[in-house]
Amino acid sequence: MQAVQQKAPPMAQTQTMNIIQAVNDALKIQMRKDPRVLVMGEDVGKFGGVFRATQGLYQEFGPNRAIDTPLSEGGIIGTAIGMAIYGLRPVAEIQFADYIFPAFDQLVNEAAKYRYRSGGQYPCPLIVRTPYGGGIRGGHYHSQSPEAYFIHTPGLKVVCPATPYDAKGLLLAAMRQDDPVIFFEPKRMYRAAKGEVPTGDYEVPLEQAKVTREGKHVTLIAWGAMWHTVSEFAETLAKDGISAEVLDLRTLWPVDLTTILKSVEKTGRAVIVHEAPRTCGFGAELSALIHERAMLKLEAPVQRVTGFDTPFPYSLEHDYMPSVSRMRAAVDRTLNY
Amino acid sequence: MASKARKATPKTAASVAKNAAVATERDRTPLCLVNPDGSVVKGAKLPVIPDADLKRLFEVMLQNREIDERMLTVQRQGRIGFYMQSRGEEGSILGAAYATTKADWLFLCYRELASLLWRGMTLQTFANQLFGNRQDLVKGRQMPCHYTDRAIGLVSISSPVSTQIPQAAGVGWAMKLKGEENVSLCFMGEGGTAEGDFHCGMNFAAVYKANVVFVCRNNGWAISTPAEVQSASETFAMKARAYGMPGVLVDGGDIFAMIAATREAVERARKGEGPTLIEARTYRFSAHSSSDDPSVYRDEKADQAKFAHMDPLPRLRNFLKHRELWSQEWEQSVVTKIQDQLATAIKLAETMDLPQTETVFEDVYKELPWHLREEKNEALRHKQKPVHGVVNATSSAKG
Ligand SMILES: Cc1ncc(C[n+]2csc(CCOP(=O)(O)OP(=O)(O)O)c2C)c(N)n1
Ligand SMILES: [Mg+2]
Repeated sequence: MQAVQQKAPPMAQTQTMNIIQAVNDALKIQMRKDPRVLVMGEDVGKFGGVFRATQGLYQEFGPNRAIDTPLSEGGIIGTAIGMAIYGLRPVAEIQFADYIFPAFDQLVNEAAKYRYRSGGQYPCPLIVRTPYGGGIRGGHYHSQSPEAYFIHTPGLKVVCPATPYDAKGLLLAAMRQDDPVIFFEPKRMYRAAKGEVPTGDYEVPLEQAKVTREGKHVTLIAWGAMWHTVSEFAETLAKDGISAEVLDLRTLWPVDLTTILKSVEKTGRAVIVHEAPRTCGFGAELSALIHERAMLKLEAPVQRVTGFDTPFPYSLEHDYMPSVSRMRAAVDRTLNY
Repeated sequence: MASKARKATPKTAASVAKNAAVATERDRTPLCLVNPDGSVVKGAKLPVIPDADLKRLFEVMLQNREIDERMLTVQRQGRIGFYMQSRGEEGSILGAAYATTKADWLFLCYRELASLLWRGMTLQTFANQLFGNRQDLVKGRQMPCHYTDRAIGLVSISSPVSTQIPQAAGVGWAMKLKGEENVSLCFMGEGGTAEGDFHCGMNFAAVYKANVVFVCRNNGWAISTPAEVQSASETFAMKARAYGMPGVLVDGGDIFAMIAATREAVERARKGEGPTLIEARTYRFSAHSSSDDPSVYRDEKADQAKFAHMDPLPRLRNFLKHRELWSQEWEQSVVTKIQDQLATAIKLAETMDLPQTETVFEDVYKELPWHLREEKNEALRHKQKPVHGVVNATSSAKG
């Protein structure tokens, strides 16, 4: 996709929203349109979710469509799969991505394989929304970025918006397609990221990355919360005369390789930034894809700036998270190669 | 889990099936030895507890409450990132801990500070963990309230709910395999019983008659979710029966009942007769955590009044009064003393440096592999400044 800044359709009414409000709005729109859609999870009903993303849904749609479940992720995802294969459209919330693992079996062995192992007879249109990422003083278990486990699992789509506009449009698109989607929401930016969002219905198509800043020296690839850090970083680079192109992947898998290659072939350099640990992180796959397909266009090996290969620490999270100084060193490595 | 009176129904397949899930009057009645006014329940046999211990238990309850109040304030001031109180649950937690020794391993959910104070975790250890400083026993790696203290038999606390249950069963099983009489004491919240790990833990413990005692703190709430949503069973203690172990419902406001029930369970476990599930019925008087605002989902004022009789502190005070073991001056002196000690511990913990950057890479493995050596050097080249004041208040779920 070519669009530099995806703007709302010209006549559309917009409103300033943060990511929480955008997610909430998407859920409301789709629940009004499609009676098969329901939300379920821990504290999502009456309370409206611990981050308030499902606020008001219980009041509008009642306890059968905004469902407070027992404290059991395996139960939530397992039963949501049952609902999905039976024709409902469940949108399950896992309170923190760190708590998705009791449901790992249901996601990896079940949801991901239902269509395939039934010879296409049982599609499983399940959405799992879950806040991910660090920088909120959450320690080991409120900070992780587990996207790679799910990208590694054939059959699952993995989406991760960075902005309110994309959060709403991508969630609406996800709820209208027929495969299981893990929808990672950048909790550090939940309220901090604000933007103009159309109040009406629109979709941001899955599987399309966005060039959010054009540049010619190096391509910076990020998604979710890190896209914000990377975008600010690109502005500081500009002051030093380095022109960075910034990509927001938006859908992590299936990834929009066309947009990535087009950019990297233009700049000849790429730096991938993510919060998850480096080893077998999504950056490894992206780097391999770029090297395999654009080797001769590269001026330098692709660089990665990632979380370290340790559990996510509490007191020293500032040392753990990809920092601007580490990003700068990586960019310099590509420029001085 | 409201108990409704049920009429006798004629025996049909349907009625048998229905009755199978119904609690008996015994199931529904919590064990209670001391009334809220401190009088002994008629005909009740109190566990033997020396006067000195009774006074010490009351002291720890008072200390726990002071500490909770103070640390929530410190959290509100942005000086620590997070805190969890346990008001109203100190008695049942303490009662269970009192029935064990330091050789008995302790698995906590996260809300059981009283058990640690009883076992002698120092205020400095406590404060260092909350501030995540250089002397913190867990090296500043975990969020506040996630203690580990091997010296007092406390295993590492984990946020993911209920993961400790099968592990505690495993420790109790290992104790049995080694022919020891130690037990493992495992706390969980009633919300935690909904996780699959509750099932695995209970089942393994019962099948192998592991040396383990499970304590389910039923405080009525899992963040905003009421206990009725977690289970259609009338009590949590009843679940034990189907696993093949005793289940005991206890009035969590009554420390005597809790001590009696836990002692019995511990004795059985020590003799190799297997696990027990104790349900301590309490009320979560506090918010879930410093990130939570319960007024959004419950009637705070009405509830505090409605459940006041379940508060273990006035009950023990009343009992001590009857026994002439209490005086206002003594209580005041305990409170003043803990306030002073806490102030000192906080001051030291707060002024202590954070752990050094290289500690991020230690203890991932016993030794540092090549990639972590490289990453450590990278981190040292790019040391960052701590982001002060990034106290997260966006969610209630942490913990
Ligand atoms: C696996 C997992 N899912 C969700 C959470 C988020 N969470 C933290 S505490 C909590 C409620 C726990 O309630 P309960 O077990 O009753 O213990 P209480 O807080 O009442 O002491 C939830 C949902 C978590 N920590 N772990
Ligand atoms: Mg509870």
